[in-house]
Amino acid sequence: MQRTSFLRVTLAVGLGCVAGTPISLKAAPVNYKVPQETAAFKPGPDLAVVQGNCTACHSSDYIKTQPPMKNKKEFWQAEVTKMIKVYGAPVDEADVGKIVDYLATTY
Amino acid sequence: MIDRRDLLKGAGLAALLSGVGATRVLAEDSVTLPFANGERPLVKYPQKRPMIGLTSRPPQLETPFGVFNDGVITPNNAFFVRYHLAALPYNLDPDKFTLEVKGKVDKPLKLSLKDIRKLKATEIVAVNQCSGNSRGFFEPRVAGGQLGNGAMGNARWRGVPLKTVLEMAGIQSGAKQVTFNGMDGPVVDKTPDFVKALDVDHAMNGEVMLAYGMNGEDLPFLNGFPLRLIVPGYYGTYWVKHLNEITVIDTVFDGFWMKSAYRIPDTPNNAVEPGTAPKATIPINRFTVRSFITSVSDGAKLKAGTAMLRGIAFDGGSGIKQVAVSTDGGQTWTDAKLGKDLGKYSFREWKLPVKLAAGAHELKVRATSNAGETQPETPRWNPAGYLRNVVESVRVTAA
Repeated sequence: MQRTSFLRVTLAVGLGCVAGTPISLKAAPVNYKVPQETAAFKPGPDLAVVQGNCTACHSSDYIKTQPPMKNKKEFWQAEVTKMIKVYGAPVDEADVGKIVDYLATTY
Repeated sequence: MIDRRDLLKGAGLAALLSGVGATRVLAEDSVTLPFANGERPLVKYPQKRPMIGLTSRPPQLETPFGVFNDGVITPNNAFFVRYHLAALPYNLDPDKFTLEVKGKVDKPLKLSLKDIRKLKATEIVAVNQCSGNSRGFFEPRVAGGQLGNGAMGNARWRGVPLKTVLEMAGIQSGAKQVTFNGMDGPVVDKTPDFVKALDVDHAMNGEVMLAYGMNGEDLPFLNGFPLRLIVPGYYGTYWVKHLNEITVIDTVFDGFWMKSAYRIPDTPNNAVEPGTAPKATIPINRFTVRSFITSVSDGAKLKAGTAMLRGIAFDGGSGIKQVAVSTDGGQTWTDAKLGKDLGKYSFREWKLPVKLAAGAHELKVRATSNAGETQPETPRWNPAGYLRNVVESVRVTAA
């Protein structure tokens, strides 16, 4: 029993996803683990609406890293419209204005 | 795929994540890219060294620029990462992986990794560069991933020519394009899946490759394990990762990621007046010619006297003919010595000893390709922030 689990551990280490894996056929699913997501939206009006609509598809750093634009409202309106029209984000009509206002005043 | 109820659950999760108790365990350190709002965390992912974190879901990682001075081959653990859609195949099983070849072919194929590795392998050294590399330097600024110059890398790719597999399947007459789809996909089903297309002639040119190896190792997961498309000289958008579906079609593919996204102005320099929209666009294609100084960074303080400058140059596949360096802000230029030629798609190293008197100096580097293309003195502009290749400047002080 002990011997079996020892072998299993050795095997697992041998096949592990470490950097520098030589070309070979792997015998197990990858099970790649990304680090815990720590990026968070800044506090602001209607934060919950923004979280509910935006975080399903992407992390908040997509917003945080955008450049400082002269016309923030126009910029964020265009981005929200793109998310709905182009990427099919299911955003309620009533939430669109709230999201744009949050983004324009917070970022 | 998720529905609205799941979206609301996601809100609860996000609220938890943003709670005061959450610590920034990822951020071992941070860097500031040289443009407004350029602060980025350095993040550590499995199989990767600390990288510049642009986004976490889906992951987008930029190579710290100092890596490019370590050698012309970019290590796998420092190679940049770019995804579009957040449903990644984190638990894919290489034993069950199959590549499907279908559409306008005589004999549709389903190939396992073993099948692919049994075919005659080839290798090519080629640069992969994100279309949006250097977008953060655009002025006026444009929306999109705000990258410095580190969304590029050069690797020795090993795999099978796409031509080999397409010939096994037998392309039917009348075929126009070949489309490529990977295992990564959208979170909501209305988001267009990431599918790219090449003309049949391009797909059959013998250079486009199905790669499973990178610098003598398996592809890292985040660089497309177990199989990705290599399109030498072309922007990374075509280098589909986790590639498992190839379809030959008899039309020009009209999917979102070809028809609407990754388009450049259809003008002589693929540029428009800054801040304006192009009248007509075409799909982005080959890299513009670029060069960088890697041995000194902007703001560096050097010893007065002789300094050995060093860097890299590359283009969209004709190869580098000449690299010229200026130490006086572009008034006079001296040819650098080119390093070993690893092929026309590779980074080409250059070196030049220069004399720097005490004082401030503006160093510039300018490459010319074998096709005669050179780098402009003033940046070209387009609304998506693609193709940047202005002559780069590094300001140093010698004392």
